[in-house]
Amino acid sequence: MTSTKNLAPLVALQVPSSPKAHRLRLAVADTATLNRREFLIWMRNPVFIFFTVIQPVMFVLLFRYVFGGSILVTVPGGYVDYLMPGIIAQSAAFASFATAISLARQLQKGVIDRLRAMPMARSAVLLGRLTADTVRLVVTLLVILGVGYAVGFRFHNGAVPALVMMVLGVALGVTICTVSAYVGLAVKDEEAVSSFGLVWLFPLTFVSSAFVPVQSMPGWLQAFAKNQPVTLVIDEMRSLALGGPLALHAWQSAAWLIGIVAVFVPLAVRAYRRAS
Amino acid sequence: MGSGPQSSATSTAWDGPAIYVEDVHKSFGDVRALRGVDLAVERGTVLGVLGPNGAGKTTAVKILTTLLRPDRGRALVEGRDVARSPAAVREIIGLAGQSTAIQEELTGRENLDIMGRLYHLDRASRRRRTGELLERFDLVGAADRPTKGYSGGMQRRLDLALSLVSHPQVVFLDEPTTGLDPRSRLAVWDVIREMVASGTTLLLTTQYLEEADALANEIVVVDRGTVIAAGTSQELKNRIGGDVLQFSVVQRDRRAEALEAVSGLSSAEPLYDEETALISLRVGADGSKALVETVRRLDALGIHPEDLGIRRPSLDDVFLSLTGHGAEQDGDAPKRHGRGRRARDRRRR
Repeated sequence: MTSTKNLAPLVALQVPSSPKAHRLRLAVADTATLNRREFLIWMRNPVFIFFTVIQPVMFVLLFRYVFGGSILVTVPGGYVDYLMPGIIAQSAAFASFATAISLARQLQKGVIDRLRAMPMARSAVLLGRLTADTVRLVVTLLVILGVGYAVGFRFHNGAVPALVMMVLGVALGVTICTVSAYVGLAVKDEEAVSSFGLVWLFPLTFVSSAFVPVQSMPGWLQAFAKNQPVTLVIDEMRSLALGGPLALHAWQSAAWLIGIVAVFVPLAVRAYRRAS
Repeated sequence: MGSGPQSSATSTAWDGPAIYVEDVHKSFGDVRALRGVDLAVERGTVLGVLGPNGAGKTTAVKILTTLLRPDRGRALVEGRDVARSPAAVREIIGLAGQSTAIQEELTGRENLDIMGRLYHLDRASRRRRTGELLERFDLVGAADRPTKGYSGGMQRRLDLALSLVSHPQVVFLDEPTTGLDPRSRLAVWDVIREMVASGTTLLLTTQYLEEADALANEIVVVDRGTVIAAGTSQELKNRIGGDVLQFSVVQRDRRAEALEAVSGLSSAEPLYDEETALISLRVGADGSKALVETVRRLDALGIHPEDLGIRRPSLDDVFLSLTGHGAEQDGDAPKRHGRGRRARDRRRR
């Protein structure tokens, strides 16, 4: 019989936990494995790669040639120079869509439950995803930069600031990926995530200095647009690319990015642990 | 974590049951999913956990696989407490079933390889294990195709294979055949039988009595978060009266005679259901003998029975006899309506 009533009380085994250094080594190995998995998935999904790269390229062409003519800016090379740092930041932010959708889907299908029932580092799923996202961002942003160059964009401030600008763009993308990772894990439904889980990205990227000078917006909107993190980061990127006051937004940008990561990584980890 | 999945230094010290659950409770808000569950599964045997949707089967599996913590009580897997040493439990278990670990963009081989990497197997072991499992689960031909194109049965087989990459000592299968067509179900059963033959301890949840019957050494029946019956398949069937012999007689005036003829075939009284015009008789475990005897007696009287056959007891029969209500599909036990009426309808048969 399967009744436990007649059994003598059982004392559980004491299982010592393994040393910290060993656990850390395994966490790195698990992260690398999941990172590898993400890349294999992307390589099998050329349509996805196409859209992550093509969509921002369309935006570059759209703003450069359709809207650009009627947007007045006061930067050295005209609108295309104004546009490119903004569009790089906007594309980096939108790249996080894939992060949220993929995590929600894996949660829904039970993949994450299965991984959580394995002797695997808890952080590996998120870290594997975020490191893969970083590589994906670098590739996407380089393609956009290339298209930008083809339509007339130029750096005016030297190579090192240009490099720092690209790094800042990637940092913004990764930061927003942590927010999206949390959204994906908290909403837990692929369709809900793709239809309304990421609407906050629109005001954050469009009500900013990405495409038009903030001064052209009505006063009440300027208050938000001027002070929100995406504008601060874009202004810093623009100063790096075209020359301008660097210190002004540097600390604010860094503080925002670090602050967002510090809040959303623990939230995402908690959502991952609890998701079931 | 130690030296990998095969390390079982601690488990040799354990001589209790492979799975041991004592008075486990779990609530989600107001919903009491488990209300004091007790279980024990001997090493190398299969326990079938039988119950309708919402009975608490999946919650129990999630607790045993460390995905949920019990509110009260304790659960040990090979002596390791799921709440206190979850990492040690994860070392020795496998999980498959309704959830899937498959990445559909990847091939079967790649899925197995990734799993091997997550268990920290070296390249040679991964290659060997992947080959073994593809062979055993009859997936060699499809190994290098993306799993997106696999049939439902193939995906389920691959998923079972994924849960076995690390040679787990205890495997949990949560409704492994739900949603599969009959042929795929049989193929999955074969695979499960092989797993058991190689000495794995298995806990399997199912909604189908025939599945528990075909695969499990012991069965527990759960309903609304508690174990309401336990025993071997045979014990449970005896308890609910075993097989049911059933037939109808077209000639109205001869039904009484037919009833008379089969009474005495078993200790139960034959029943006549006016609605379906069926005569039925619980015949215990030895259905075929009763069947032959029925044919002989009716033939001697010149009565020609129609639709004569043996019906195996269904999950509904088990539930009806154990709880007085059927095993409805919806799981919100407190919100169910019309249970009384439905149970009465069935009792009349």
